[in-house]
Amino acid sequence: MAMRTIDQLVAELPAFAGLGPAQLDLIAGCGGNRVFAAGEYLAREGDPADTFFVLRAGRVALEIDAPGRGALMIATLGEGAVVGWSWLFPPYRWSFDARALEQTRVVAFDGACLRGKCEDDKALGYTLMQRFAAVMLERLQATRLQLLDVYGEPAAR
Amino acid sequence: MASPLPAEAGSKARPASGPMAPRPFTVVERRRETDDTWTLALEPADGSAAPGFSPGQFNMLYAFGVGEVPISISGDPAGGGPLEHTVRAVGPVSAAICRAEPGQQLGVRGPFGSSWPIDAAAGRHLVIVAGGIGLAPLRPALLAALARREDLAGLVLLGGGRAPEQLLFRAELDAWRDDPRLDLGLTVDSAAPGWAGHVGVVTTLIDDAVLDPANAVALIVGPEVMMRFTIEALRARGLSAADIHISVERNMKCAITHCGRCQLGPTFACREGPVLSLATIGRFFGVREL
Repeated sequence: MAMRTIDQLVAELPAFAGLGPAQLDLIAGCGGNRVFAAGEYLAREGDPADTFFVLRAGRVALEIDAPGRGALMIATLGEGAVVGWSWLFPPYRWSFDARALEQTRVVAFDGACLRGKCEDDKALGYTLMQRFAAVMLERLQATRLQLLDVYGEPAAR
Repeated sequence: MASPLPAEAGSKARPASGPMAPRPFTVVERRRETDDTWTLALEPADGSAAPGFSPGQFNMLYAFGVGEVPISISGDPAGGGPLEHTVRAVGPVSAAICRAEPGQQLGVRGPFGSSWPIDAAAGRHLVIVAGGIGLAPLRPALLAALARREDLAGLVLLGGGRAPEQLLFRAELDAWRDDPRLDLGLTVDSAAPGWAGHVGVVTTLIDDAVLDPANAVALIVGPEVMMRFTIEALRARGLSAADIHISVERNMKCAITHCGRCQLGPTFACREGPVLSLATIGRFFGVREL
């Protein structure tokens, strides 16, 4: 099977679907392939968020460590999901742990590289902000539903 | 002084009859599903066979001296054995039903209502989305679909729960996970370390579900907020309102359209429902105070 280039892989990621060749080329220039073994961390809470990931295969858990309770799983993410947006906003630090639940293939993007390109090319910056805002909105809605505890106590009968 | 009752009137009380009179059933088995949810198997106390039912139908279960509530039938529609109901203890009546031990009696009226449109899924993908206790009314539909799996293009079960230990029918879920006839996705709102499944709301499973949106039928049961977001996610994938079906049991009291408590616009949930298509109920489903 022919090895696909990073440009081809980036063009196939749902996070960048519909972007033109010029923008895809700029984004791909900051990306590279990585593989994480089951249990390996993609990111640790508090570390510099100089990278974000788009999952090509596998599954990742977002976790937060609670003293005395261990790692609490907040969400699991699968193929096509974006992991990390802290690279976009100061102070550029991870808010959660991201741990591979199984062997996980990703495209890893250099956040500083992409921020620089977004500064130079405002149209690219706006496009990426739109894409990441959509991801954040989706996660926010899901988090609100989780907070609602809809499976908790219903009306008594 | 009033004259005494005629002898024949006092010597033999006739059993109540009519659609509001519960029929005595005996609890023959009681299984614990979670910390607050039990499955009861019931047989007619007079020794006759339990009535048949269609997936999606419900009975009114009466804890004598406490009250009556609508409970969907959760057993196998092809089983022919006792009627099974899976009940969560959330109030005095449901708690009394959950406490009923084998040998005790409960009153039963039913089965009532409409059923899941399994026939409409022939040649198509059937997608079942269950939230929490919602898996109970969907279990008969899933069992019926598995029994005629060759008629379906695909069969998907997506289940959500509060935590792994609060998922219903866990032994069956384990079996269904390995069943090649079924694509199973399970997710919980929160999990302790060691849980190997998904964490997140059930709607997050819909994007990855294997289905042809133009050729799929969806059945949904869960808390109404969960159903609203599930409907949105299925509509976003391209399912039509006519192909999305939900079960609405709220406010039911008499189950025979006399009380009007379950009326949603022109629809009585106890008569036209509890299973209704979104095309029928959609414009009333999200109306506050209805």
